[in-house]
Amino acid sequence: MSEQPTIEVRNLRTHFFTKAGVVKAVDDVSFSVGKGRILGLVGESGSGKSVTGFSIMGLVDPPGRVAGGEILFQGRDLAKLSEEEMRKIRGARIAMIFQDPMMTLNPVLRIDTQMIETVLAHDKVSEAEARKRARAALVQVGIPSPDERLKAYPHQFSGGMRQRVAIAIALLHKPELIIADEPTTALDVTIQGQILFEVQKLCRESGTSLIWITHDLSVVAGLADEICVMYASRIVEKGTVDEVLDHPLHPYTRGLIGSVPSRNVRGRPLAQIPGMTPSLLNLPPGCAFRARCPRASEACLVEPEMTAPLPNREVRCFHPHLETVAA
Amino acid sequence: MTVYLIRRLMQSALVVLAMTVILFLGVYAIGDPIEILISPDADQIERERAIAALGLDRPLWEQYFTFLGNALQGDLGRSFVFNEPALKLILQKMPATLELALAATVFAIILGLPLGLIAGLKPDAIYSRVIMATSILGFSLPTFWVGLMLIMVFAVQLGWLPSTGRGPTAEFLGVQWSFLTTDGLRYLIMPALNLSLFKISLVIRLTRAGVRETVLMDYVKFARAKGLSPNRVIFVHVLKNILIPVVTVTALEFGSTIAFSVVTESIFAWPGMGKLIIDSIYVLDRPVIVAYLMIIVFMFIILNFTVDVLYSVLDPRVRLQDQKA
Ligand SMILES: Nc1ncnc2c1ncn2[C@@H]1O[C@H](COP(=O)(O)OP(=O)(O)OP(=O)(O)O)[C@@H](O)[C@H]1O
Ligand code: SF4
Ligand SMILES: [Mg+2]
Repeated sequence: MSEQPTIEVRNLRTHFFTKAGVVKAVDDVSFSVGKGRILGLVGESGSGKSVTGFSIMGLVDPPGRVAGGEILFQGRDLAKLSEEEMRKIRGARIAMIFQDPMMTLNPVLRIDTQMIETVLAHDKVSEAEARKRARAALVQVGIPSPDERLKAYPHQFSGGMRQRVAIAIALLHKPELIIADEPTTALDVTIQGQILFEVQKLCRESGTSLIWITHDLSVVAGLADEICVMYASRIVEKGTVDEVLDHPLHPYTRGLIGSVPSRNVRGRPLAQIPGMTPSLLNLPPGCAFRARCPRASEACLVEPEMTAPLPNREVRCFHPHLETVAA
Repeated sequence: MTVYLIRRLMQSALVVLAMTVILFLGVYAIGDPIEILISPDADQIERERAIAALGLDRPLWEQYFTFLGNALQGDLGRSFVFNEPALKLILQKMPATLELALAATVFAIILGLPLGLIAGLKPDAIYSRVIMATSILGFSLPTFWVGLMLIMVFAVQLGWLPSTGRGPTAEFLGVQWSFLTTDGLRYLIMPALNLSLFKISLVIRLTRAGVRETVLMDYVKFARAKGLSPNRVIFVHVLKNILIPVVTVTALEFGSTIAFSVVTESIFAWPGMGKLIIDSIYVLDRPVIVAYLMIIVFMFIILNFTVDVLYSVLDPRVRLQDQKA
């Protein structure tokens, strides 16, 4: 563990200063990803996963901004960089793939334009050389007849193909870190599987670190090394994939696992976590999961801190499910 | 695309035909040119000779078909007043109006697009609010009043710009243009600005709305995530998308600009079609009125056509659909 992690996020806070009040979309989030490692960032819709990714990229739009914490990328705090310094890192050393492939490519620009401009934004090469690299990237993600495809417009591609193009763009500069924000959610299951497999392969081959954002635990199970579970802007549980999935400590994680079909006994109705994600605008004091938690007690009226009840495990709960580990 | 073009052409022909009927009847229904053209003390024989000479004694439908037959040969009748082909009269005045309308459109683009861009990118800044407030004035102040104010300030008070006429012109492609001489350009500025006021406001609002909508799109965020410079994001990724509605509307508006130039031409004594048509309406010079309106109809049809083609050049998604059609 002496090696410096690719990215280390410490006590990140990203807040939106809206007219209705301050929305703490990311609150005291810490994690790190080592070289060539894959982190799964899991949580329900609205838990702050995307905002965490955009915070690392320096792409939080007003009225939001990073209000505190450190984002150490190879030891350098990104939150302190100027816009131009940050631009040089974006797309070159940290790349991001978005959730909806139908929306990420500009509809009025050809694929070659959108790829070549990415090359030229960071490297002083000729346009011919940039085109060659763009073509190679398309081949790498398995797009057939790349020369033809380069001249096409996004609407001439299927959703899966568009996402491959977006991945190819992310790979252009062989970044040290890729943030993949639910890149397969909008795709059908077969294509989802293919893309997962390919991304995993590419990362292992090139030593790229990956943050894979998803609300679907089953996706992360076969892919990630570590998991961070997010709930209402905070990380509530952290650990290696196997440990978290086999012995979830946090009641919320347990609920999530209960709602994954593959881990259920056939025929039994899918377990659901009762209740709704609370509004971030007026979170009640204490544990944010309290209203939905079967284990809630008086103690939970106080905000729980992140604790490490077991080696290499962290959880934000007063009554973690330690009994499952012992069993 | 060919099938599409042919279909469009046939539709256009039908529209023109329908317009000839409407125009002919509509213009026929208003006033009696004989009352205006012939002196009140002319005797009955003189009157009837004049009526026969103008073809006004025939039945309405016959007059229409004569008109239509002639129109197909490019003859839209002779002016009652100038005793010259109406079409020729109007075509002589057309370059002046076209020049005015074009200059107004150029103003609208070079002023409206950047201002709209600024207002859209920083919607909360003071200067953006000032731009938007001014654009409301541009919409609501009457053209003739602004024209008179312009004359008051820049011609009368400051004496910087001439207020009437076209000034010296120079020939290009067999037509006289004001913008080719420095002095002519000075004559052009005020009327063009006056005529473009509404359009500038329109372009500002369209651009601002487009920018505000586009900057929120995922593809703009993705463009930034690729590490593109802010200029590239704004001037390629954002602008190229908002250009589609802006170009469409500006081009479609060109027809109304020409129609609106009637007011501006009257105020600045700009010798264009608008001034001619106003004069012709006063004396009920029917052939000129009909010819003018026909030309306007043609212009709108050609404009719509051009806009469709432009649209498919700008938006690849439309292009593909056309290929399928
Ligand atoms: N522009 C904004 N203004 C105000 N609040 C915002 C804005 N963007 C995000 N938020 C808040 O941040 C919270 C987290 O949003 P985020 O997009 O990170 O959720 P997520 O975990 O990615 O959800 P999903 O699975 O739906 O993508 C949201 O609940 C929302 O209230
Ligand atoms: S702290 Fe209390 S309410 Fe929160 S998850 Fe743990 S047991 Fe449930
Ligand atoms: Mg999200």
